[in-house]
Parts: sequence; structure tokens; C-alpha cells
Amino acid sequence: MRKISCLEKPMPPVECREGFGGEPSYAAVFARALLDPDLATPAVVAGPKSKAADKRYNVYRNNVTVSLINALAVAFPATQRITGVDFFRAMARFYVRAAPPLSPLLFEYGRDFPDFIERYEYAQSVPWLADVARVERAWLDAYHAADVEPLTPRALASIPPERLADTVLKPHPATRVVRSRCPAVTIFTANRSDGPATRVEVVEPEDALLTRPALEVEARRLPPGGAIFLTRLIAGESLGVAAAAALSDSASFDLAANIGGLLEAGVFTTALWEES
Amino acid sequence: MKRLAMRSAGQAPAAFRFPAHSIRGRVGTSFKHEHVQAILADEKRDGFFEVHAENYMGAGGAPHAALSQIRQDYPVSLHGVCMSIGGPQPLDEAHLGRFKALVERYEPALVSEHLAWSTHDTTYFNDLLPLPYTAATLARVADHIDQVQEALGRQLLLENPSTYLIFPESTMSETLFVAELVRRTGCGLLLDINNVFVSATNHGFAALAYLADFPVEHVGEIHLAGHAEQADDEGELLLIDSHDRPVADAVWKLFDVIISQCGPIPTLVEWDSDLPDWPLLKAEASAAKAIMDRHAQDFMPGKAYAAR
Repeated sequence: MRKISCLEKPMPPVECREGFGGEPSYAAVFARALLDPDLATPAVVAGPKSKAADKRYNVYRNNVTVSLINALAVAFPATQRITGVDFFRAMARFYVRAAPPLSPLLFEYGRDFPDFIERYEYAQSVPWLADVARVERAWLDAYHAADVEPLTPRALASIPPERLADTVLKPHPATRVVRSRCPAVTIFTANRSDGPATRVEVVEPEDALLTRPALEVEARRLPPGGAIFLTRLIAGESLGVAAAAALSDSASFDLAANIGGLLEAGVFTTALWEES
Repeated sequence: MKRLAMRSAGQAPAAFRFPAHSIRGRVGTSFKHEHVQAILADEKRDGFFEVHAENYMGAGGAPHAALSQIRQDYPVSLHGVCMSIGGPQPLDEAHLGRFKALVERYEPALVSEHLAWSTHDTTYFNDLLPLPYTAATLARVADHIDQVQEALGRQLLLENPSTYLIFPESTMSETLFVAELVRRTGCGLLLDINNVFVSATNHGFAALAYLADFPVEHVGEIHLAGHAEQADDEGELLLIDSHDRPVADAVWKLFDVIISQCGPIPTLVEWDSDLPDWPLLKAEASAAKAIMDRHAQDFMPGKAYAAR
């Protein structure tokens, strides 16, 4: 423990450190009302030549809220297309005020927006909306992930067959899995383009796989047991252990087809096994 | 003993250096991914491109691929929008580290940030927020600029803000504040002429008077942009720095004055929302280049002093 002598005052929290007599800083006072329209214009600001500052301060309020709503609209275009622009912007406004970004990197923003949508009162009639947003959030992660060459289907052929069950596969940085009880991939794909909306006839649950073997993000459905299989592999389990887990989840799990499909999608970067 | 075997797709090629294009006397535009195909299909120009640093702070993917492609053929200006240099709290070291990594990777011809803040406590507000101009804020901002320049190992250009209100606690003018920052830190300046015009209108001072007080000899880049019109509480004109339309006539006139006095300073036309097609943005840059060329003969080597 640090001892505080009588000459040494403890440091107040950041917000209070600026100014004299423990007054909050200009930034603390200015920031307080930015996301709260019920608060008055901060007393530290004024208009020039004795003019009022309300509409002037509102320019900043508007910039903050609208730019963050716009950032969400860019990150979640299919979600916005499903709800319509007005519904989306109203929903995003609630979210922005409740959960403003904690990082200046806006492509990191909205990680819990899908959870917010799931709880959002007015979106309850669209039960797949949150999962489509989850696929979109994963898409954005894949889009910005590091550039690494994926492991080719050929590379696995060089592993001795008796070592295959113990082999561990390292995931590509872009690889993302989103599990859904809804046809999330079909709805995502149908609403991600600018073309005319097509009626989605699928009702089965779909697990999404997102990868980026080169510069384009690819979204596809995982086959039965595929999500369990891949999730276990990403967690560092061996092929044998992951396959057993997938089989107990789904009797129709096809190991060869799954491995082939995952390699084709560019899911892994490295295969590791012990040489005997 | 068991040995661990490994198959992988191999490493990415080692980093290479980009060509060193001079930015002197060039006119550039904001770099938008919507324009990449048109820019690459277009014939190579004598211009440059400016990017918002934060858009390239992801690990990889299409943004870096596009910027690398552009950087091969053109000088690039790296423009930070959220370092929060004008805030009272310490700079975000992780963010500064990311900024430095981008400078090392792309070797930009110009590096700039804003006299503003955007993060308070842990919240990022995604806007350039204003600060009072006092002895205390001057010392703090100077420390922040020192820290950035030390981390980057090069000079930073600081941009004058567009503002909508004042802090009654301010004890000095913005131009004096900026001049003192230059004196204390050795930073350069990014003169945003649209910001000068917007602030002048909003605060009721003359843009030319501001420019007369501004330490123009330290300006390393000029910004031009469009602004929108609203009304203040008294129903009078309030200009918004919107970057969503062509440069206003009044701003072109101020640009002409500055270029006639200072010579060919690298100049950027900013356009960040309601993007036009590439030919229209390119035409705005050509208009700036025409003004620069018209004054160029006054600034041939040896002539600048002879004219005085």
C-alpha cells in the first residue's frame, strides 16, 4: 500500500483534476450534456457578443449523435434494410445514447448492438433481426482482420493419416462463427445487396461462417454439426476431439465434407501435429 | 522425444518502402474507397490524397490494400481526427502507438491532427470539440504536441478548428494560442480556410483579420471544404463545417489571397459525406490548382524576394 504523507494529496479522479478547487474540467462539463437532450447547455460556453449558445451547442450534440448513428448504419446495412431507415435510426439513437463508443476506432463500435436489438421493445416482432446484426458485426471483423494466407486443402494431405486425429488447426484471423436459431445467413445475404429484395422462404436455423481468404469477406452456412466442430477447433482442440463433439451434436455430421468445406473457405492458417 | 511438425501457407512478404513522391505545390483530395476504381482507371495526376488515419487502424484487408495501391503512385497525407490533443486528459498511448505504426508503414508526406478533443474519460464522441484558450490549456496542448512529435520523430501539422461557440474563460485569441503552440513545440500548421470562414461568420469577426494574425509562415498544408447554413438562437446565420458540398466562393477568394502571399502550399479539397462522383471532386482540385498556378510565377526561385 502507498502511504500518503500530509504533504502529498491523493490524486482526484481524472474528471476533477483540471481547474482549481476540484472543479471539473471544461471537457467534463462540455461532455455531460452531449448525449443527453434533457440537460441544459453547459454554463462554461456562450455565444459571441452576448448571444445565446443553445442552438450553437446543439450543433455539437447533433454532430455526435448523427455521426454515431451513421457509423452504425454503415456497419449494419442489412439490418437497416430489414427495418427501414426511420426505424433503424430511431433504434440506433437509443443505443448511441445508452452505449457511446469506448474506442476512437469506429469499426470496433456496436459489438453489443445485436444484444441491444434483441432486447429492443419495438423489434420483438422481428426475432431474426439480432442474429442478422451479429452476422454483420462478424462480417466487419473479418473485413478488417489481418492479412494471412489461408491453409490450402492440399496442405492437409501431407499430414500422416495416423497423426490426423491429433492435429490442431489454427484459425485464420478473419474466421468467425455465428450460431442462429433463424435462417440468419439467407436473410443476411438477401438484404446485403442493393438489388430488389427477394422473399426468404427458408425457416430452418442457420449457423454462419465468415471468412476472408483474400480481400473479399465470404459468408456461408455451416452444415449440421459444423458449428460445434469449428468452435472446438478454434478453441484449440484436436481434429479427433472436435469431430467426436460434432458427431454427438449431430448424427449426420460428415467429417470429410466438413474438413474439405472449411479448408475451401479459408478457415485455417496452420496445421500442427506431433511427429512420431 | 516428439517433434512438432507444422504446415502453413507461409509468411506475408517483407515490408517494402514506397516511392518518395514530393508533395510540393500539389493539390489533393480526400481519399474515399467509393472512388478507388475511378482513380486507378484515370490517368495519373500531379496530385495527392489524404486519409483519415483511424480508418486504417484495422489489422489488414481492403482498406490497407487500397491505400497501398494509391501510395505507390501518389504522396499521401495522414490526417488524424481523434487524438484528442485539445483535451485535458492524457493522450491515449495505444492510439498514439497505432498512429505511429501508420506513419512508419505508409511514410506520408504530411502528418496532421486537430486543435480539438473528442474523447473524455472513456467515451469517444466522434466530433471535434472545442476548448478554452487559456495559459493552462496552452501548456497542456503543447505537452500533447511534444508527446506526439517525439513519438513520431517528425513534425505534426496542427489544424485550426471551426467552432460554434466560445468559452468566456478564454484569455487569448485562437491565432495567438496557435502561434504560441508553434513557438513552444516547433509544430507546423494546417490552415483550414473553410474553418476560418465558418468561425469568422459564427463569431462575427473578419476572416481576413484572422488570416493576418495567423502565423502563415508555418503553414505546411491548406484545407478547403464546403459548409452548410443554419441559424443561431437569434435567427442569424450559423455556418456548419459539413464537408458535403463544393467549396464556397468566399473561401475560394480567401484561398487566392493566401496563395498570392505564401506561394504554392500543398492544398487539399475535403469532401466527407454526400460524396460526388470522382470527376466532380477532381474538378474542385483542378480549380485550386488553377489558382496556385496563376500565382506560381511570383514564386519562382529567386523571385519571391525580388518582388518584395
